[in-house]
Amino acid sequence: MNSPVFIAGMGIITSIGKGLHENLLSLEAEKSGIGEMEWLQSQHQPELPVGEVKFSNQSLAAFSGLSVRLPRTALLSAVAAREAMQDAGWKKNISLRSGFISANTVGGMDLTENFFKVFSKEPSAGRLRDVINHECGAVTELVAKYVDIEHFVSTVSTACSSSANSIFTGARMIRAGLLDFALVGGADALTRFTLNGFNTLMILDKELCRPFDENRHGLNLGEGAAYLLLASEKGLAQLNREPYARISGYANANDAFHQTASSPEGTGSYLAMKGALDSAGLQPSDIDYINLHGTGTQNNDIAEGTAIHLLFDPAYPNMSSTKAFTGHTLGASGAVEAVFSVLSIQQGIIYPNLRLQTPMKEFPFQPLKISLKNQRIRNVLSNSFGFGGNCSSLIFSAT
Amino acid sequence: MKVFIRSAGNISPQHSLDKNAFFQQRAVTSLDYFNCIEPAYEEFIDSKMIRRMSRIVKMGVSAAITCLQNGGVENPGAILTATAYGCLEDSSAFLRRMIEFEEKMLSPTAFIQSTHNTVGAQIALLLRCHNYNNTIVHRSYSFENALIESILLISEGMSPVLVGAIDELTSDRHAILRRFGLYKQTNESLKKESVFFQGRKAGEGAAFFLLDKEPGKNPLAILTALQTFYHPESPKAVEQSIQQFIQGIGLTMDQIDLVLSAQTGNIHEDMQEEQLLKTIFRGKSFFPFKSICGDYPTATGFALWLAALLIHEQLAPPWFPTLTYPVKNVLIHNHTANTHHSLFLISAC
Repeated sequence: MNSPVFIAGMGIITSIGKGLHENLLSLEAEKSGIGEMEWLQSQHQPELPVGEVKFSNQSLAAFSGLSVRLPRTALLSAVAAREAMQDAGWKKNISLRSGFISANTVGGMDLTENFFKVFSKEPSAGRLRDVINHECGAVTELVAKYVDIEHFVSTVSTACSSSANSIFTGARMIRAGLLDFALVGGADALTRFTLNGFNTLMILDKELCRPFDENRHGLNLGEGAAYLLLASEKGLAQLNREPYARISGYANANDAFHQTASSPEGTGSYLAMKGALDSAGLQPSDIDYINLHGTGTQNNDIAEGTAIHLLFDPAYPNMSSTKAFTGHTLGASGAVEAVFSVLSIQQGIIYPNLRLQTPMKEFPFQPLKISLKNQRIRNVLSNSFGFGGNCSSLIFSAT
Repeated sequence: MKVFIRSAGNISPQHSLDKNAFFQQRAVTSLDYFNCIEPAYEEFIDSKMIRRMSRIVKMGVSAAITCLQNGGVENPGAILTATAYGCLEDSSAFLRRMIEFEEKMLSPTAFIQSTHNTVGAQIALLLRCHNYNNTIVHRSYSFENALIESILLISEGMSPVLVGAIDELTSDRHAILRRFGLYKQTNESLKKESVFFQGRKAGEGAAFFLLDKEPGKNPLAILTALQTFYHPESPKAVEQSIQQFIQGIGLTMDQIDLVLSAQTGNIHEDMQEEQLLKTIFRGKSFFPFKSICGDYPTATGFALWLAALLIHEQLAPPWFPTLTYPVKNVLIHNHTANTHHSLFLISAC
């Protein structure tokens, strides 16, 4: 039941870089990827900054060898998934039970938008090939075939916590002995659908976002993909490589307060963090770094901060939101931040909370303004909270 | 691991909320789709909340509440929802308005409710349930994968688990899938005599189950085993997978009292299943469950409900194929497009 779950490989693509190396360089250089919209075609182009991956679909198709006609989410997903497999030293002849558990929030919505442009006026119009990959699960299946893992394939979709949930789903299956390898994570491309959706909620900052700042005005959306190859002890032995870290704890709880807003007390956030600590057998004082959900909205940051206050007072670990670097990558964010958390352990670095000027007056703690290097980091807590009160926390620990 | 199906709540194209009505009357359709028979939602949900909910949310929440009431449970240990398509009505509504109004003057309501975990979230909200909540959206394996996860959660002590399969039929979904030729009637298919079908029909449903390692009071049945097999290489491989599944449980095919089979009403796609009925299922009572709920990716939710009900009641509707009693073991075989195969064994308690 409690066999260890190792992280054997990782892959990532975000607005701050393609691949682990580029992402780490940007994090170290304190270089944000949020800026003017270049590839997404939207009426909001002039006023809404986004954390866009700096490649066209043509380039992403060329990197992956997949068709340019596939959803952008599938292309991003394929690039990061392949990197994770290569990073782990995956060999074709590995015969242990492997699973691919991915997450996304809107599947092939970018192409569905094109289809609906004509279909909504004329029901017999629109290219059907633009809707065949509409489902979230269809995007996962494209990439499952691409990385050649088809023994167990699944897709999780719980809004902004989606890929945190796909990560613990894979970890749970390894712990239960159902799988020896699980490629877990998620992907989401920017779409007009999500951009306009968040815009109607009036939670998008027209400037660069400032998580946990007293004068924060909302979030910036981003896009990307990230995957971790999880391995059992038996699986790890086959790869002949040192693991980055292990997943020592995880929990999901529901805020049960409102469809989109978090409770002011941060009930769900508290229960998720507490549950993850309990499942890891750790105390709050064991946590060296919290990678915050920290979207930059009024509501999230007060709820998350309140929960942290309740759980960690009076000894607060270092903490920061890396969404100031990448924007909120939605279905990819849990996995993107999992990769950052693991790199934090491996590199001994704690990332700064970019653009933090005036810490929130409600709390006796504040996120880091500058990066810390050469740290001994044993345990990192990573938070992901989504619509529908879906709150997840993961804990990564040094091996 | 065997788990008890303590209770169920099912809103479907049949009279499935009321077992007496289901036994008395089979709902049919002359169109190429089935819609759910919807209850008066005021019986389940506060009327102020109903107004804000889309149809899939109302169906899902009402089926979940029915299931909990039938099982005598107020707060489940975990809530899992499975949906291939998610909240299509709200997704389409937001998409259409976004295009029509060129990304201006949009209201957030449809977007807020378009996320795939809306049904699971609304159930949690209504119950004030802070426990584990997850949503699986993997095409025709959505419900199967949610059940696999449910069994793991139960083994970790999170029971009882409330797990549901939900997909809605909308005019956009139907218009698009129809263009793929899914519901096309060919001369050949019309000529073929079938007691069960007049061509493939689209379907929808919301079926919830309370699963537990303990039986509770008067459980419906036992979910003895569940397995998926993807993209079998040949018809022979399908036969082998089914036989291995039965053997793995320690049963023989003789001990299977009923097969709920995978036909959709499409003569070409059904050929393989018809072949199985002549080989490994030869002589077995069978019933193609999609003939009464329609074809949709999470239709195994309906099949599981039907299997559990027949086992619990030891009775079948008059229009059902003849059964030999007692009905102890029901096998569900499903597949979609011959890629996503799944097998369930449901047993008497």
